[in-house]
Order: sequence, then C-alpha cells, then structure tokens
Amino acid sequence: MAKYNVNLDPDCEKIATRKSFGEALVKLGGKYKGIVVLDADLSGSVQTAKFAKEWPERHFNMGIAEQNMVGAAAGMAARGKIPFACSFSVFVAGRAWEIVRNSVCYPNLNVKLLGSHAGVLTGEDGASHQALEDIAIMRALPNMKVVCPADHYEALSIMQAVVDDFGPTYIRVARQGTAVIYDEKVSFKFGKSDVVFGAANGELPKKVDVCVFATGALVGSSLFAAARLQEEGKKVIVVNVSSIKPIDKKTIIDCASRAGVCVTAEDHSVIGGLAGAVSEVLAEEGVGVKLVKIGMQDKFGESGKPVDLYKKYGFDEEGVYKSLKKLV
Amino acid sequence: MTQDLKKKAAELRMDALRMISKAGSGHTGGSMSAMDILVALYYGIGRADQKKEDDKDYVILSKGHGVPAQYAILADLGYFDKDELEHLRQVGAMLQGHPCPKIPGITLATGSLGQGFSAAHGLALSLKLDKKPNQVFAILGDGELQEGIVWETAMSAGHYMSDNLIAIVDNNKLQIDGTNRQIMNVDPIQAKFESFGWRVIQVTDGHDFKQLLPAIERAKKNERQPTCIWCHTVKGKGVPFAENKVEYHGAALSEEELKVAEEALLG
Repeated sequence: MAKYNVNLDPDCEKIATRKSFGEALVKLGGKYKGIVVLDADLSGSVQTAKFAKEWPERHFNMGIAEQNMVGAAAGMAARGKIPFACSFSVFVAGRAWEIVRNSVCYPNLNVKLLGSHAGVLTGEDGASHQALEDIAIMRALPNMKVVCPADHYEALSIMQAVVDDFGPTYIRVARQGTAVIYDEKVSFKFGKSDVVFGAANGELPKKVDVCVFATGALVGSSLFAAARLQEEGKKVIVVNVSSIKPIDKKTIIDCASRAGVCVTAEDHSVIGGLAGAVSEVLAEEGVGVKLVKIGMQDKFGESGKPVDLYKKYGFDEEGVYKSLKKLV
Repeated sequence: MTQDLKKKAAELRMDALRMISKAGSGHTGGSMSAMDILVALYYGIGRADQKKEDDKDYVILSKGHGVPAQYAILADLGYFDKDELEHLRQVGAMLQGHPCPKIPGITLATGSLGQGFSAAHGLALSLKLDKKPNQVFAILGDGELQEGIVWETAMSAGHYMSDNLIAIVDNNKLQIDGTNRQIMNVDPIQAKFESFGWRVIQVTDGHDFKQLLPAIERAKKNERQPTCIWCHTVKGKGVPFAENKVEYHGAALSEEELKVAEEALLG
C-alpha cells in the first residue's frame, strides 16, 4: 500500500504519456533486437519517429492503413518478433478491431498495440479522434491485456513490463500532458493496482467515506481532489488501476469494502471501460456498495482545448472534487 | 510427375469430401478449386513440406474456408494423425472450421477474409529483415479480393518490393451469393495487381500441373517485386455435379453424392 512516493502538488510537471512511450521504445529497441515498430503515418504524433530514426530497418510505415498494419504485425509476431503497432486509439483499437480479434488475439500472438490520443484529452481534433470506447472493446477480447499509465514514470515501467511479458497487450496513452505523480521508483506489474492515496503508514483505515478507482490522467485529478477533501476532514482512498486487464480483484475488494461509496474515474465512456471492469468485480464478489461513474456519460466528445474539455466534463481536479464532494 | 500429382490430388479430394461430409458442414466448392494449387505447393516444388524452419516456404490459406484441402494434405504428410480428419468441426477436436496455428502445419489464423494475406506479408517482411531465403505463398479466393485489406496489403507489398511474397488467386468466379460478376465485380484482376507494382503470371487452367509448376517456379525467381499467380479455376473441380455450382460453396455431400464423387475421382 502506497509503496511509492506520490506527488500531491497539482501544479507539478506534466508530461504526455505518448512521449514517455516513445522514449521507452527507443531504449528498449536497443536492448531487444526483436522489437519492430509499425506505423500508420502518425509516427510523429505517436512518438515512434525516434525509434524509426534510430532503428530504420526495424521500422515499417504501413501508410494510412491500420487494418493491414495490424495484420502485418501478426505475421511478424508469428515468427517471433515483438511488433508494436501504433496509431491513434480510435484507429488501432477501433478500425482494426476485427483484425486484432482474429489475427492477433485468437492465435495469441505477441503483438503490442499502442493507442495514443485516447479520451477527450485529445482535444481540438474533436469526437472523431477521441477514443472513448477502446478500453471496453479491447478488454472484451480473450488473451488481450489492457494497460493505461497514470503518468510518465509509470508509462516507462509499463513498457518494460510489456516487453518482458508474452501476448497481446493494448497500451492506452494520451496526447496531452499528464501530471507526473510518481518518480522513477514506480514499478508496474500486470494485475496489480496501486493505492496512491488514503493509506496512513501503509495501513488502510477500517472505514473511509469514499474510494476512487481511477485510470490514466484521472488518477492525478482524483489524487489532488482527494487531498483537498482530506483537508476538509474526509477520508478518501484513491487507487490507480493501470492494469485494467488483468484486474487486481484483491485490492479492489479490499478498498471497496471499507468505503461508504465507490467511484470510478476515467477519460472513457462509463460503459464497459474501467467502470465496467470494477462493477464486474464488485458484483461478482458481492461487495454491496454504491458505485458512481465519472467518465463520458454515453456521449461523444467535441473539439476544444484539452483543459477546457476536462473542465466541461468534470475530469480535472476541480471536477472530480465536486463529484466527490456531493457524495461525502 | 504431373500424372502422380493428379492421382495424389484426386485421393486428397476424396479425403476432403469425406471429412466435410462426416462433419456435416464445410466448404466443398472452394476446397476443390484450391486443391491442385495446394498439391503443387506441397508435392510439386518440395519446399512447402519442409518441417525445418529454415528450409520451408510458408503456405498461408488466406481463403481459410478451403482448409479441408490443406488438412487432407497435412494429414497425408504426417503433420498429424489421419484420424483427426474424422473429427473436423466437432466439439473438442483439433481441426477447426477455419485454420488456426494450434494445428501442426498451420502458421496463422485465417479465414476472416483478407487477413491471412496481410499477415502473410508480415511474415515476408520479417523474413527479409532476418535475411532468410524462405518464401511466403498466400492463397486468396476471388471473392476475397472484395475485402479492402487485400488492397492495403497489395499496396504495401508493392511499396516494400516484397519479392518473397507470392499471392495465388483461386479465381473460380463464384462466391456465396452468386457469381463475382453479379455480386461485386473483381475484374480486371491482373491490372489491379500490376498497378500496385506486382508481377502477374496468368494460369489459364489452375488444375493443370503443367501450367501450375512452371508458374510457381517463375514466381519464386521474380526479384524486387511481389508476384501474383492468377489461376482460373473451377469451383467444385473434380466433382461433376458440383462443378461451377454456387449451391456447393458451403454444402457437405450426402453418402450417395460421395459415391458418385468417388467414382468420378478414383474410378
């Protein structure tokens, strides 16, 4: 519990997790010669251009054709390569979904999918480019693992874990800067969640007012909101669910059973994503606690500055604070 | 040699028909039209059947519904016990309705049309990256050419000059709902592939080994561009009452029909 140092300053440095991904990929590319990278004309946006420059023979730009990008990645994985197929989440998870299903997940090939520009944090490009269903549709696939880093350092750690692991994985990263809440000591493990707030001296209180399960940029927002509520005398737990599949049932049940009310917080539809995954655990285990879902309420996004969209949809610190305040 | 191949193909056709009939479902027409292409690859040029990774050429049946033809061959070559053919499409059995790599001799999961071709090109790219001499044969149906991913793949293989990728089009002119011409015209096949930078070799009779073998040999030697072997075939080939009949796309033969087929194929 609260194994890592966590930054509670809302004005801390912000780094886009797509950049963290790109940085990790170049380093790992030097160490693991089996890594190959496939792009669909977005190597600048998804930050694979550095890999392409460093390891040109192992970089394949497949053009604006995401289905063939994923299909080709499957063929490469069938010969033992570790392909990263990279594009915007909407395209790699959405447009290419059936290729991911039949050519990657069904034969359980070691293809890593990088979905960048997830959520309304994508900003100005608008609804067509803001993936809000990708966690749901990737999570439903057998053999697929789904991960979403809370910040820069966790993204770096996730990349090492993804390469060490075998099998298809969907890595969800964002375009815009995300608060750097961890430091280099953070160590991601598949199937493990991290309690980032609410444990005193490593112990969770017997009873808390609210427990928040968050993923991605919403971990930072929830963390800063929780710190404010704590100052007001409320007891709050915040859990970073970066491993959405496999999910850490033990931590979720342990935390939820101490809470008066539970909340999920994600830059994703409230249908089938983190909210769906947490609901399934709570229902299956008979944890009778109310669950409030912060996320896109069965709606598409829209164009706007990421900071304005986060404000409008209640995904920033203030928004999460207000949502929690209503509950405690 | 071609007489031996003809005999082998006739026997394997019966194996495929029997397994589909026993299963009670499966794709008779497309298995028959692709059989001679597969026999040419496995028995005619010798490299498809090598079990050592470095020696073999990959055979990817992108039109995965024709897999009874490939299963008959793999069993005949000893990749798995021939008894498995009795259990095609049954619960708990190894042989699935469409190819998947848990089956010995099958490299990729195919049958969702167009995807096998795309993944076959992925294999070809990775072989080039590793400086391996192996070649990849992808067998496509003509109806399959209606899938968009086929042309994404064709474009990328032309772009990467993937001369270790050979597409073989089983052009039997029929698909489930009718003729290609009625449903969605795929012609001109040659001009389409050529415009993406492919060399096209036409085989006017895709059941004639005297044409198939030299076409494959030529394709293997082609450099700096991928090759498409465009084979005119007959759906249901070898089974007189099923030839060119769209009704036999996905129909299993009855016991009586099997007898008629056996008489026609094996005499």
